[in-house]
Amino acid sequence: MNLRLFAIRMVVLSTAILGVNYILWRWMDSLNWEAWWIAVPLVMAETYSLLDSLLFGLTMWKFRERDKPAPPPDGLTVDVFITTYNEPLYLVMTTARAAKQIDYPHKTWILDDGNRPELRRMAAAEGIGWITRSEDWANRPRHAKAGNLNNALLSTDGEFMLILDADQIPDPRILHHTLGYFNDPRMALVQTPQVFTNVPPHDPLGSQAPLFYGPIQQGKDGWNAAFFCGSNAIIRREALMQLGVMRYVSEVELSLNKALKTAGKVVAKARRELGPGQERLAAALTTVAVDLQGVKRELREGQGIADVTYRFQRRVDALARELVAHDFAALNAELSSIEGLARTVHTDGSLAVVDNAALDRFSQRDWSPLGAIETVRVLIDSVNAEKDGEAQALMPIATISVTEDMATCMRLHALGWQSAYHHEKLADGLAPEDLDSMLTQRLRWAQGTAQVMFRENPLLQKGLSPTQRIMYLGTMWTYLSGFAAVIYLASPVIFLTLGILPVQALSSEFFVRLLPFLIVNQLLFHVVGRGIKTWRGQQYSLAMFPTWIKSVTSAFGNVFLGRDLDFRVTPKTLQKRTTLPWHLIKPQLIAMAVLVLAVLVGIVRMLAGEADTVGTLVNCLWVAFDLLILSVVIEAVRYPGYEAWLAGNSKKAGSERPAGHKKKEVRP
Amino acid sequence: MIEFINDTLANGVGVIRPIGRLNMVSAPHLGANIEALINGGTVRLVVDLAGTDFIDSSGLGALITGLKKSRQAGGDLRLANPTPQITAVLEMTNLNRVLQPVASVEEAY
Repeated sequence: MNLRLFAIRMVVLSTAILGVNYILWRWMDSLNWEAWWIAVPLVMAETYSLLDSLLFGLTMWKFRERDKPAPPPDGLTVDVFITTYNEPLYLVMTTARAAKQIDYPHKTWILDDGNRPELRRMAAAEGIGWITRSEDWANRPRHAKAGNLNNALLSTDGEFMLILDADQIPDPRILHHTLGYFNDPRMALVQTPQVFTNVPPHDPLGSQAPLFYGPIQQGKDGWNAAFFCGSNAIIRREALMQLGVMRYVSEVELSLNKALKTAGKVVAKARRELGPGQERLAAALTTVAVDLQGVKRELREGQGIADVTYRFQRRVDALARELVAHDFAALNAELSSIEGLARTVHTDGSLAVVDNAALDRFSQRDWSPLGAIETVRVLIDSVNAEKDGEAQALMPIATISVTEDMATCMRLHALGWQSAYHHEKLADGLAPEDLDSMLTQRLRWAQGTAQVMFRENPLLQKGLSPTQRIMYLGTMWTYLSGFAAVIYLASPVIFLTLGILPVQALSSEFFVRLLPFLIVNQLLFHVVGRGIKTWRGQQYSLAMFPTWIKSVTSAFGNVFLGRDLDFRVTPKTLQKRTTLPWHLIKPQLIAMAVLVLAVLVGIVRMLAGEADTVGTLVNCLWVAFDLLILSVVIEAVRYPGYEAWLAGNSKKAGSERPAGHKKKEVRP
Repeated sequence: MIEFINDTLANGVGVIRPIGRLNMVSAPHLGANIEALINGGTVRLVVDLAGTDFIDSSGLGALITGLKKSRQAGGDLRLANPTPQITAVLEMTNLNRVLQPVASVEEAY
């Protein structure tokens, strides 16, 4: 253990001890029960924050700076994927050209989800591959970027793939510096940082994530839980395909078991809803239900799902054909009895329409009388092995979340694969340049994370180590901060306006227990960050509380109530605007106004002798801190975009554009 | 290098025999072979694995895709004659729970 890691661990331990000491005292000895309605929420918010801090501490405990990997052997096959949906063509082509220039031998592909003929021509002209969705995807769920990648996976064959967003321009050395990690046959994935070049040093939109693409990923790496972040990562095909095969098996089993479990109910309900004169259909439904009992038995005996379901589907087809044949015969008889129609009857006595081809067609799943009842159709389709509802049977990249990366990575870890975080900038990215796009992007990340938390809770996944579970939980945990933020904003307002204190007294004991914790907690950021600017991140983690709350509630509605997420793709270019978008930060502006008003009321109350002086001063300080945090959104609204900022800056300084910042063409 | 030998049994069942390694390089070829048979009207298929020395997850993936395509065309895809390595991979990935190979091509249908 080196000295730095030792120091980190000492600070982590101190934070944990002081934090637990404070929170235990808060719960047991400090609550103002007369004002429980604010006292309990506040102590819960504080407990939330302490747990957040402990999770961060645990991550840092295994902080790991990897040595450079060995150079990769010659002869590996690599596909470079550039994913695009609607980004401008010049942007995609800039990245594609840079990708083509990567030193290690590889094939470059543009994964064009927009299916743009012009992009196809441009790519072909420069010898770059172009892939769009196959016809299998027509009328089936597209699964956004995950679907785009899954489609490409099945039409390429490299041992490794480098995944790049359309706005991440790769360094030519990116493969040479990372492929060596795969000398370890258990290594599935290597993630490199995402750093943005179109961001001023003061980073008004909080685009750079130096704490995440640094200490946090390095800490997770120590626990073999380095995260996949969707772009700038290299993945081993075998790992993904193995995941795809195993997911296919478990999903087929899952839908089969669900169908078998609910079959009785579904059929009974369908039978009840049948009108009079449908006795034959009712009898057929019963036959299906009885047949499924046999299916259950065969599966228990250990027969293969493919065989069992194939035979079942054949029996259902025969049943449907019988029903249709009977209906046709009845129709025939009726038609024959009508005089004047006799001339359409063939010499053999049958009507022209009732030939075998028609019989076949009407018996097929989509037209069959059994399929006419939606619930029964779904039931019958589930007793199959072909995943007819999906474009591909294999979906190696997870489709359960709008952020496919985290879910995929967690599943790979659960299968026992390893991941690595390589701490070297090997691509130049573009960040959203206006508040609207930024908020859309953060909302999407947060929603995706919440979806994974609700759909595949890491605490319940088999195959993960306890600390891997906690590493995934930790990331999900941070997105719950929106709820705590509201309480932190409300508490001082309640004291300043109503004089109600959620703690029994602002005694010296309170400060003696709280302040040391706050100090070591900040110290921890300094020790792990070593000069990294973490203040922006801290500001945004509180100031974006409306986004975090919306992400959790909308993901909850999506996962459990089947609602739409209202998902938009992040615009990668500056959105045009005429006025400043103040409406985007309405909740924050209201919060700031309320805080300021509360301070005025509080001072008046104090001067009138109605409020305690120490309490008022402490709460005013608290409000000042909240305002300092929230003020970041005002800067964000006023930020004109990188080009305009550069222009404004050089005018002020009367000089050229500041050195060290590569200019990147963002707008057409 | 992989090689595919296709033939059709008297009962109309198409047999595909991948000879060599069925891995990420050859899996797309297997897929193309299966698709060609299905498009030609042969939808009941057997993949005879007797000559297949090695299979990886991409190879398994091609078999699953073939199963889906043949079923969508009203047919089926079955496995025959797995070598010990293939049996082990089928078990490791649980795919044997869905696709259970039979001992010979004749037993497949």
